[in-house]
Amino acid sequence: MSDQLPDLGSLLLRRVTGEDGAPYLLLAGNCTLAVLERRLQTLSDELAGYATDPRLHWDLTGIEQMDDAGAVLLWRAWGARRPQHLLLRPEQERLFNRLGKTPPLPAPPARDLLWPVTKLGGAVFLLWEHLTGIVILAGQLLLDMKYLAAHPARIPWREISANLFRTGAQALGITALVGFLIGVVLSYLSSKQLQMFGADIFIINILGMSIIRELGPMLAAILVAGRSGSSMTAQLGVMRVTEELDALTVMGIPHSLRLVLPKVIGLGIAMPLVVLWTSAIALLGGMVVAELQLGLSYHFFLHKLPDAVPLANLWLGLGKGVVCGMIIALIACHFGLWIKSDTESLGAGTTNSVVTAITVVIIIDAIFAVIFSDVGIK
Amino acid sequence: MMANTDCIIEVEGLHSRFGNHVVHEDINLCVHRGEVLALVGSSGSGKTVLLRQMLGLETPAQGTVLVFGQPVHGADRNELQSMRNRCGILFQKGALFSALSVFDNIALPMRELRTLDERMIRDLVMLKLKMVEIDAEHANKMPAELSGGMIKRIALARAMALDPELLFLDEPTSGLDPVLSEGFVKLIQALRSELTLTIVMATHDLDTLAALADRVAVLAEQRLLALGSLGEVISTSHPFITKFFLGERGKKTLGNNGYIV
Repeated sequence: MSDQLPDLGSLLLRRVTGEDGAPYLLLAGNCTLAVLERRLQTLSDELAGYATDPRLHWDLTGIEQMDDAGAVLLWRAWGARRPQHLLLRPEQERLFNRLGKTPPLPAPPARDLLWPVTKLGGAVFLLWEHLTGIVILAGQLLLDMKYLAAHPARIPWREISANLFRTGAQALGITALVGFLIGVVLSYLSSKQLQMFGADIFIINILGMSIIRELGPMLAAILVAGRSGSSMTAQLGVMRVTEELDALTVMGIPHSLRLVLPKVIGLGIAMPLVVLWTSAIALLGGMVVAELQLGLSYHFFLHKLPDAVPLANLWLGLGKGVVCGMIIALIACHFGLWIKSDTESLGAGTTNSVVTAITVVIIIDAIFAVIFSDVGIK
Repeated sequence: MMANTDCIIEVEGLHSRFGNHVVHEDINLCVHRGEVLALVGSSGSGKTVLLRQMLGLETPAQGTVLVFGQPVHGADRNELQSMRNRCGILFQKGALFSALSVFDNIALPMRELRTLDERMIRDLVMLKLKMVEIDAEHANKMPAELSGGMIKRIALARAMALDPELLFLDEPTSGLDPVLSEGFVKLIQALRSELTLTIVMATHDLDTLAALADRVAVLAEQRLLALGSLGEVISTSHPFITKFFLGERGKKTLGNNGYIV
């Protein structure tokens, strides 16, 4: 292929003694980056060697093409000033004139010695800002709901329905897969232990309690936080980058009413349903293993389940689903609206949103455990 | 395929379509070394698509695009890289990397070469900034802190970072005020006097067109309607060309530039 490329030539240096007896350095050929690239370092040293002789006359008029990189190479060799004797063509003259006037790069701001303190303080303030931001957003949503109660025609049904579909219906596959596998593993490990004590029948209590009360809601919440939370944050973030949020504002459509509220309500409705689905599939997985390992029939398992697990646990699980769903959507939207219009901030915002949502979901679970410690436990 | 040595870019029998929507039908074009070719056409006539195909960002449905005599698709990695180093592109919205400062944006292609030392890169970047008339104090800023016109000029500095032989400009003067547009035209003219620079630009701006373009290619109705100097193109009688160049605005602009009386 290289034979098809035009010959780029090269830079030629020739040292001669002129008619006036002074030493001349004749430069000829091309002095461009494409030509010099390979022998830049050697050439730079060679030129610097020539530049130590102040009597040398530099004749650049033989150079066919010289670009900025070539000019900078010579300029550096000369020590950032013109040599005493220099012959240039007019366009080269312009190039070196510009080089002479180029300001140096301003130094980056000096590093503050108190940086550990300022960093820590900054982090604390940021945390406070996020906290108040989420509270303000939640308050705004309450006001929006009050407004919608007075103007029911303005309820964004389509958006709510779309969010219900995206966060609920489309999450069924992954939650089922994970739920089933967790049910299988849990049932397998527990049945091994229970067999040792001959307490096979208590597999129903263990699976029923742990999955319906604890694992179902938590699995669903963590999966949804990763899946739907990140997509909500990224969606709002991209809308900020593409100025769609600004377009909505100038049309008089508030972000909270049209973007945040449908997400929060949508996920608030979808989440308990996903929790129910995840718990059911996890129980199914547990049931299959109980039948294989312990020989408990499906009919017996289902018949005994209501006795082993009080109904309050189901309501507790669904309640966790509603709360977690709304909080996940709220956090995702807060971080989404927080994103500035650059790519770095988009990535950081999405990460923060998912990490915060998962942490908060687990904190909510702990709070539920404390508040309802004597509910639904025999 | 033997390449015509005078053609920096050769487009042969190019067809492109998106789904059922046909954008180009049998386009043949040769961009000569050292010329400024302007692509004009109404919005949606496929100027940007053609430009992207020349850059290898999109594959035409049919036909070939040769840049420096090499196909832009299917060349091996080293050849493609050396070809890329000889091209510069100014995107319509600048496309500066928002995670990098102005200085690092321009330094990136130089650092990627891995042959320039950091002090030389510093001098070169400051020279490029000086060239596009951006003050040194802006060098450490992030793109998000800059105005649209500054982003455009810095993007041009980045496009010129490796002193390319071939420069693609997508709407170079859109978003610039008249003074900056004028400065931009002067800058390109100065660059052309120092280097053999080949430029392909897509533009709507008749002033820039009249001042810079050696040849004009008019894209409309899926094909190359006319190709030639601005004078030749104007004298082609076709309803689109008449409307585009000889409308009220066109007459004023071209009249000022001495193309029509």
